[in-house]
Amino acid sequence: MDTESTYSGYSYYSGRSRGSHRHGERSRDRHKSRSKDSRSEKSVTINTPPAEPLLGDSAVRGEQVQDDNWGETTTAVTGTSEHSLSQEDIVRITKDLEDSVGLDCRRYFTLTLAVIMGLLVFLTPLAFLVLPHLLWPEKLQSCGTACEGLFISVAFKLLILLLAVWALFFRPPRAGLPRVFVFRALLAVLVLLFVVSYWLFYGVRILDSQDENYQGIVQYAVSLVDALLFIHYLAIVLLELRQLQPCFSVCVTRSTDGESRHYNLGHLRVMKEHAREVFRAKLKAYLLDSPGNNAAAGLAHSQSRAMIAAAARRRDTSHNELYYEDAEHERRVRKRRARLVVAVEEAFTHIKRMQEEEQKKAPGDVMDPREAAQAIFPSMARALQKYLRTTKQQHCHSMESIQQHLAFCITNNMTPKAFLESYLTPGPTLQYSRDHWLARQWTLISEASVTSGLKDGSVFVLKCVDFSLVVTSKKIPYIQMSEEYIDPKSHKFVLRLQSETSV
Amino acid sequence: MSHHIPGQPVTAVVQRVEIQKLRQGDNLILGFSIGGGIDQEPEHNPFSEDKTDKGIYVTRITPGGPAEKADLRIGDKIMQVNGWDMTVVTHDQARKRLTNKKEGVVRLLVTRKSLEEAVKHSMGNGPKQ
Repeated sequence: MDTESTYSGYSYYSGRSRGSHRHGERSRDRHKSRSKDSRSEKSVTINTPPAEPLLGDSAVRGEQVQDDNWGETTTAVTGTSEHSLSQEDIVRITKDLEDSVGLDCRRYFTLTLAVIMGLLVFLTPLAFLVLPHLLWPEKLQSCGTACEGLFISVAFKLLILLLAVWALFFRPPRAGLPRVFVFRALLAVLVLLFVVSYWLFYGVRILDSQDENYQGIVQYAVSLVDALLFIHYLAIVLLELRQLQPCFSVCVTRSTDGESRHYNLGHLRVMKEHAREVFRAKLKAYLLDSPGNNAAAGLAHSQSRAMIAAAARRRDTSHNELYYEDAEHERRVRKRRARLVVAVEEAFTHIKRMQEEEQKKAPGDVMDPREAAQAIFPSMARALQKYLRTTKQQHCHSMESIQQHLAFCITNNMTPKAFLESYLTPGPTLQYSRDHWLARQWTLISEASVTSGLKDGSVFVLKCVDFSLVVTSKKIPYIQMSEEYIDPKSHKFVLRLQSETSV
Repeated sequence: MSHHIPGQPVTAVVQRVEIQKLRQGDNLILGFSIGGGIDQEPEHNPFSEDKTDKGIYVTRITPGGPAEKADLRIGDKIMQVNGWDMTVVTHDQARKRLTNKKEGVVRLLVTRKSLEEAVKHSMGNGPKQ
């Protein structure tokens, strides 16, 4: 699961009040459900800023690469957040306890705290090594070869620790989960305790007594760095590995047409955070579906059409009518599709790629991909338009986009079938106008408390203006496996005879 | 025919049936089918009362054939063929006994449930000793 919290530029840039700010907030401690966050029907509004580009490019790429683990790769819908520092998150939960500080103030505070803690942790071993030289250089034994070898070890281990912390914590912020914050808080406390105890020991046994055995001191510093690396390992296990284990299976159904998707989620605590995760998934789920089915840019139009169809259906109460209507539609779609395929194939035969030598020989009438696309487009335009209209996709594809796609296919030597693929089998609607979908207000409605955790059988609804997504969750059952060995030689058979002979 | 206790003699009320074999091309046929045998599974025999009975049973009668004419009935258990025992034979042995090319006539001893009933009935009506 995502372990980064979204620490948004949202609140920072748009400067909304805390009350309305939902997105990209740090998690609430489960015991701290603030009254302003929940409404009477226990719904939380998740507002998205209309103006900002909501899915940064890197985020989209990330999503496309790791589509299977949607939960892990969903990005901050709040857009361009600056990188969040790890320790900031670690101590944030402690800062959450003091609610009174203003949002920006709190943010800076946690940031500084994180930086201080980071510096403390990284400089401690160095301090251990350097202080004896500063305080009692004459008493100190000279550092032998083994000792100097340990210097190299300390240096490299610190470098590894630095890289590991950067890899684990310094990532583009994503939605955070409160359970993760608890872990982070725990880890922060652990690290602090650890470092403090090391300092205590150092202070008492080494500084006070002014120990001359420098090798021992160096070994002490090395042990500190080793232990820090182990704590980092613990962090990985707690923050990353535990979240990966799927615990719940969530089924999302779209209200308009009943399209469902199933996802596996790990441990999720606060519903709100969870909802944010789920919301992103839903967006994806929704967008991943056929554009012909969703109420898109021609929203009012399709809505009214749906209403008219529904009304018409109600009028024709006989199931026969419905059946024939469906069959007719099916037939029409198939016919238009056949015409389209033929038209496109023929259109593609009209252009031929010119080789380098030919280009030099006949410079006239040579076109670049865009012009070639424009040249052959009219011959297939009508068939394509009719097909798109029949399958209700015409709002998704503008003339411009079709021609662009055609030019792209021509450039890359794609077959007519490849060109048609994006129109015949509707792909992720994400490639269509993004702004429509994400600049939208969603409401989370649930009977259970919004701040409660995800339980087996919990149901909630993510509602937006045009449609809603119903999410049900089921706990993945515990499966007990036992082993049984069968000797391969034990497979023996005997014939059961029931013959009948005529005489 | 109740459950036969192994080691005890088998007793049954039998009927003599004499069948003339009919020549059909190169074969002499009797016009019925048999099932059962000591090498077969007795549980699935639909005609036997005792499901452990591995005897030879008549499973089918060809309509208009010699067996039908001789009043052999479906479900009959064949006890003897021309003097040879048929209660403890394999399926193939039974077939061989019945299809001996040298014999033109087979004399069977068959038993059926209705025979037993009839005898019991008549004995019941008879004088008491």
